[in-house]
Amino acid sequence: MNPVDMKYNKDHEYAKVEGNIVTFGITDHAQESLGDVVFVELPDEGSMVTVGESYGTVESVKAVSDISASISGKIVEVNTLVLDAPDLLNSDPYGEGWLIKVAADDLAPLKNMMTAAEYETFLLEEEH
Amino acid sequence: MRTLEPLLFELSASGRSAVSLPACDVPEVPVEMMIPKHMLSQQELDSHLPELAEVDVVRHFTRLSTFNYGLDTGFYPLGSCTMKYNPKVNERLARLPGFTALHPYQPESMTQGALQLMAELQDDFCELTGMDGFTLQPAAGAHGEMTGMLIIKAYHEHRQDNKRTKVIVPDSAHGTNPATAAMVGYDIIQVPSNERGGVDLEALKKAVNDEVAALMLTNPNTVGLFDENILEITKVIHDVGGLLYYDGANTNAIMGIARPGDMGFDIVHLNLHKTFSTPHGGGGPGSGPVGVKEFLVPFLPKPMVIRQDDGTFTLEENLPLSIGRVRSFYANFSVLVKAYAYIRSLGGQGLKAASENAVLNANYLMSILKEHYFLPFERVCKHEFIITPKNLKSTGVHTLDIAKRILDYGYHPPTIYFPMIVEEAMMIEPTETESVETLDEFAQVLIRIAEEARSETDLVKNAPHTTLVTRLDEVSASRKPNLRWRNS
Repeated sequence: MNPVDMKYNKDHEYAKVEGNIVTFGITDHAQESLGDVVFVELPDEGSMVTVGESYGTVESVKAVSDISASISGKIVEVNTLVLDAPDLLNSDPYGEGWLIKVAADDLAPLKNMMTAAEYETFLLEEEH
Repeated sequence: MRTLEPLLFELSASGRSAVSLPACDVPEVPVEMMIPKHMLSQQELDSHLPELAEVDVVRHFTRLSTFNYGLDTGFYPLGSCTMKYNPKVNERLARLPGFTALHPYQPESMTQGALQLMAELQDDFCELTGMDGFTLQPAAGAHGEMTGMLIIKAYHEHRQDNKRTKVIVPDSAHGTNPATAAMVGYDIIQVPSNERGGVDLEALKKAVNDEVAALMLTNPNTVGLFDENILEITKVIHDVGGLLYYDGANTNAIMGIARPGDMGFDIVHLNLHKTFSTPHGGGGPGSGPVGVKEFLVPFLPKPMVIRQDDGTFTLEENLPLSIGRVRSFYANFSVLVKAYAYIRSLGGQGLKAASENAVLNANYLMSILKEHYFLPFERVCKHEFIITPKNLKSTGVHTLDIAKRILDYGYHPPTIYFPMIVEEAMMIEPTETESVETLDEFAQVLIRIAEEARSETDLVKNAPHTTLVTRLDEVSASRKPNLRWRNS
């Protein structure tokens, strides 16, 4: 189940908002489709991300995928745990498998993202 | 079951040797007197090099060769790779001493035969693709792409049209297309595919403006489908002043039937190691000649092989607009000889028949397999097609499992998880060189695996079972690679 306190996009990435800090990660569906994640590349703490632009890559046994930012801002924390243990993206995508935390310049772009219910409808539509 | 072959280091026995040298009949000089001490290796080499008899070495490599799988062993339906059989006559002609004993620095008067072969091959490629000039220098497909993109850049810069910073690539493209354009310094704009598997024309129209340097396209594309809107696509790009680059990876579907030049393309690369039957995939070097329309000929790499008025051939260096040399000497020359032999063996009608049979074989296999797997695009395909195990989803069997199970039946699996626009893709390209019996047998194997996925799921999920090495731990191999041997 996709947590209701998060927002989702069509690239199967989530954003969790706490104040002006937004946590990025990939969804359960994303990790399921990718298969075993073997490598995660993330930027350094303190660098900037731009909405809609790639900030890192997730590599699985099947493919290498870009991951893009849902909002712009400065990275305040990087999950260094996943760099050494990328399987956390498979085992706990919404918990220990988070990727980066960003201090948002502007939370407005999140309005275009889907709620958990909308995302689940989107997943069903994508099936067909 | 056979055990894995030991390493040469593990087979080594102290003092064993493959040769016995006669006693030295000149005075021996210590190595320290000939080479300064600081340049001598401090390592004791003897303890690191394996010591083996000739028979040990011969048996080791002969055994290893039996672990290999290639076109000479069996069916190899690797989509987008055109693994067709490579006729042995090609090898024989490429080994003629007149070619193999040539030195690249020999004067032109002594290399006329080789130059003639190159000039005639350029002419053949021009005729097949509808281009006006060709370079044979690029040593592989991606190298050809880069040569082509450098020509596009040189053309725009020569016209002082410096605002063109973007290259458009469809989302079904080979990964090398955006990689090449980025390498040459362009920003990439990706356009989506439509539900018919072609370029989304409306999205393309929205993406174009006078900043577009080029569109890179494969046609038929990576889902094995010919883009029905190709004339409109090329017009949209030309109307904004951009050029059209044709990735020739899938030329095997169209020889003698359709030409990129007639579709509106300005630049083409060909993969001789795919379409023109020269070995690849570890079997030999590649070759990626690039052809252009008349207005781009001055930008081709130099030297160019030119046919002179008196019928002789020369390497022309005086080409001021040329992007320069893209390879040492002239090309992967022996690959050119093999491609030339292939073209001359088949002739124009034969090449056309090869493409027709490649398309027929793909459609035959597709028509059988679509009853047992999910077919994402219900259309007549060209030389390859995509199926997925979406209909088997409830069993938990993925494409990877099916590919591994195919190994148990003695075939090389198809390309998997590409193109990325189709979930769980299996991309099958049978090529024209396979018989209907081979296609039927392979189809029966895939049908049986679909049944096994339902009735004996674990058998498929844990495959392969009969190979020398069973299911690899790809996760550990990626995370904790063990890449070198150490004397423990």
